[in-house]
Amino acid sequence: MRLIKDKPTIDFLSRGRRNIAVGISILVIIISLASMATRGLNLGIDFTGGILLEVKYPQAADLVAIRQNLAEAGFERNVVQEFGTSDDVLVRLPPQVGEDANAIRDTLFSVLSAGDPNVVLQRVELVSAQVGEELTEQGGLALIFALLMIFAYVMFRFQWKFAMGAVAALAHDVIVTIGFFSVTGISFDLSVVAAVLAVIGYSLNDTVVAFDRIRENFAKLRGVTPEESMNTSINEMLARTIITGVTTLVVLIALLLLGGESVAPFSIALIVGIIVGTYSSIYTASATALMLHVTPQDLMPPEVDPELIDDLP
Amino acid sequence: MNRYPTWLNLLVLLILVMGTLIAMPNLYGTVPAVQLAQADGNPFAEARVARVEQVLENAGITPEATFIQDGRVVVRFESTDDQGKAGELFRDAFSSDSNVAFTIAPKLPAWVRGFGLSPMSLGLDLRGGVYVLLEVDMDSAVESRLAAYEQDFAERLRDERIRSRVEINDSQINIRLQSAEDTEKAREIVSAADADLLIFDGADARSLRVRMSDVQIKARQDFAIEQNITTLRNRVDQLGVAEPLVQRQGVNRIVVQLPGVLDPNQLDEILTATATLEFRMVDTAGDSPGSRRYTGRGVPSQMLKREVVASGDQIINAESGFSEGQPAVFITLDSAGGERMLKNTQENLRKPMSTVFIETRRESVTLPDGSASYRTVKTEEIINTATINGIFKDRFVTTGLTPVEARDLALLLRAGALAAPVFKVEDRTIGPTLGQENIDRGFNAVRIGFLAVVVFMAIYYRGFGMIANLALFSNLIFIVALLSLIQASLTLPGIAGIVLTVGMAVDANVLIFERIREEITSGNTIQNSIHAGYEKAFSSITDANITTLIAAIVLFAFGTGPIKGFAVTLSLGIITSMFTAIVGTRTVVNLVFGGRRLEKLPI
Repeated sequence: MRLIKDKPTIDFLSRGRRNIAVGISILVIIISLASMATRGLNLGIDFTGGILLEVKYPQAADLVAIRQNLAEAGFERNVVQEFGTSDDVLVRLPPQVGEDANAIRDTLFSVLSAGDPNVVLQRVELVSAQVGEELTEQGGLALIFALLMIFAYVMFRFQWKFAMGAVAALAHDVIVTIGFFSVTGISFDLSVVAAVLAVIGYSLNDTVVAFDRIRENFAKLRGVTPEESMNTSINEMLARTIITGVTTLVVLIALLLLGGESVAPFSIALIVGIIVGTYSSIYTASATALMLHVTPQDLMPPEVDPELIDDLP
Repeated sequence: MNRYPTWLNLLVLLILVMGTLIAMPNLYGTVPAVQLAQADGNPFAEARVARVEQVLENAGITPEATFIQDGRVVVRFESTDDQGKAGELFRDAFSSDSNVAFTIAPKLPAWVRGFGLSPMSLGLDLRGGVYVLLEVDMDSAVESRLAAYEQDFAERLRDERIRSRVEINDSQINIRLQSAEDTEKAREIVSAADADLLIFDGADARSLRVRMSDVQIKARQDFAIEQNITTLRNRVDQLGVAEPLVQRQGVNRIVVQLPGVLDPNQLDEILTATATLEFRMVDTAGDSPGSRRYTGRGVPSQMLKREVVASGDQIINAESGFSEGQPAVFITLDSAGGERMLKNTQENLRKPMSTVFIETRRESVTLPDGSASYRTVKTEEIINTATINGIFKDRFVTTGLTPVEARDLALLLRAGALAAPVFKVEDRTIGPTLGQENIDRGFNAVRIGFLAVVVFMAIYYRGFGMIANLALFSNLIFIVALLSLIQASLTLPGIAGIVLTVGMAVDANVLIFERIREEITSGNTIQNSIHAGYEKAFSSITDANITTLIAAIVLFAFGTGPIKGFAVTLSLGIITSMFTAIVGTRTVVNLVFGGRRLEKLPI
């Protein structure tokens, strides 16, 4: 079975199309950055510190009443929401200062259960603000470190113009994925950082495969411009790019639908990241390399001076 | 062309068989179980199994299996009802010498256990339990040491009849004296007490400043955290939790992970309680004023004198070892404790002395009006009584113990008190029902995702797709086998990592198969196309996988807790998928299609 005909000749990289793509990318990045700057992220307690409780009620929970009861008990700044089903409720509170953790937990549970013995406390998480700060710092460091290591590897395997292209594509993916969380306000927790790093891995995977083919075609196809050569490479890899993207998306959609509410932000981050990553390995990575005037010579082994050979006995 | 030598085929088969075997314990599922561990740490003898079975038989409970594993008796049951009843019976029958813990055990047949194989261990988010991150108050660890020095110096100076004022100010000890002469004497006394201390001149000739050296401070901090870990581990064992984990994290943190159902309030009491030791002489004549009867923990109770010879905060170190061929515990007291001990032993030769374990805990109580409150409960128990056989001071030895007892006493002495207060910075409690839900959802996602990919590959690549599916399936087996082998905890993000691997693992095969198609389209022979397909796709696959591996390793290095679980399964999945997708499929392709004249390929 074939998804697309044997030798597609779609024009991906001509100047006009490239400019449209670059324009879209820049626009989306600006929206993402603007949203992050103004709206920020809906950070989970992993980063802010605080208390999180997941409570299962025997019937649909009355969120308004829960909010009110919590406020009456002195927890004014509460976030109460449904978690997956209407029986499951997630309560988030900012870090409570100076009070005994046990007392807080007991009070919270008695407020939430309101004396009903059938209410089950599924999960309690207490994170101090200090740990939250550290996790934020670690998460940021991890992202920067991963990008640096990958830049080094691609430079070693290809060449700096390609490395720039790859890292530009990755930065693009990271910004747009995080931007998506900012715009939608989906809870951004530690697992999302993991997902973003996995997106880096995946998107790079795509980019490197494309670069590999570009290198091969630079050597094979003579008398064509780098642009044409790169366009051919992307066309040749198109079936593979789509199939791998589809299989990965299929399992991630299964994870999103079946994996439960707590892995949902993780699945969403990966789904968004993989769509963006697939796009970026076609456009951002190649377009950046082209803008840096990549030539076949960049990837050739250094030519041996013919005169030197003549001098040899 | 496209034939593997027989040895290579056999090697691939062997690896697959091994992987399947190692992964197999995961097929059996788990049943409720009760675990008995000997309280003194010794392994149980085979005879204990018979006694355990006898207890159950008398109560009319039939265990699913009873056996000894790692020196512990494990009793598996068909139902949690039986488990609960049996646990009560065991606590009644064996509590004198055993710790009884409720757990879940894999339902392995005896022959699988015989190989020493075990299934993947499940993380707390999958089996329920408590994760606590404690921070050790390092400053107070150093300050308490400084306070001990302060008291010590004051006493020594008093003993030498030197009038002085000793006080702690800003992490150093200031000693104020009457004359320059006294200052020199004090300097000698201080350096005799501990030569490593840094002694500085004070503001004038009649004062000294004493500081702990950086090495001493570091040593004190390390000692504090190590001691706290030992203390916590010891305490956690009392909780009846199977497979507890207490680990240092970073410079000043301790992670405690306890699987299973626990009362978080009870746990807090146990983790953050402060405990200490005291040495008191036994009032053999029963005529000392203020003597009091102390109960014994596994030893006879005694009347003990009011005066404290030495207390736990004076123990600098305790270690087990051998003295004159006998198992022994070596205790080191600080100088003040040593002096007092010296005086005491000189006066009380051949008289018994007891070690008393004192613990202060906070218990929650319900007041008559129904509201909850707390009260402080102090337990004092004799853990050891021994006759003084010689004169000693800061270092002394207790013999007459078995090696295990000696080791435990040393541990208990060290673990007697938290060397520095701990406070909670992170606490995650996951209920058991949520754990089970997470398992069900996670595995369901893997199953459905896997199925979808398998169907897609079979339709899109037909025969070759089926071969890729075989590879994908064996990849799952290998991931499970490796996780079982290294006993890394499987977490929910870990399952997500497996799901992602399933999606991405076919990438290598897609690359290869697309190449083969291209080669065939460009007019190459079938056998050449297969060969070239694998050959040319190889570098792309390697590059792509290495870059993903880089991301996974960074994730592992920076990640904590459950995120590490994701990094582990993702890395393992990448590595195993390289093997199954390249070598694995090639083996099958070679066996099925290799070395024959073919007109067409099912690709």
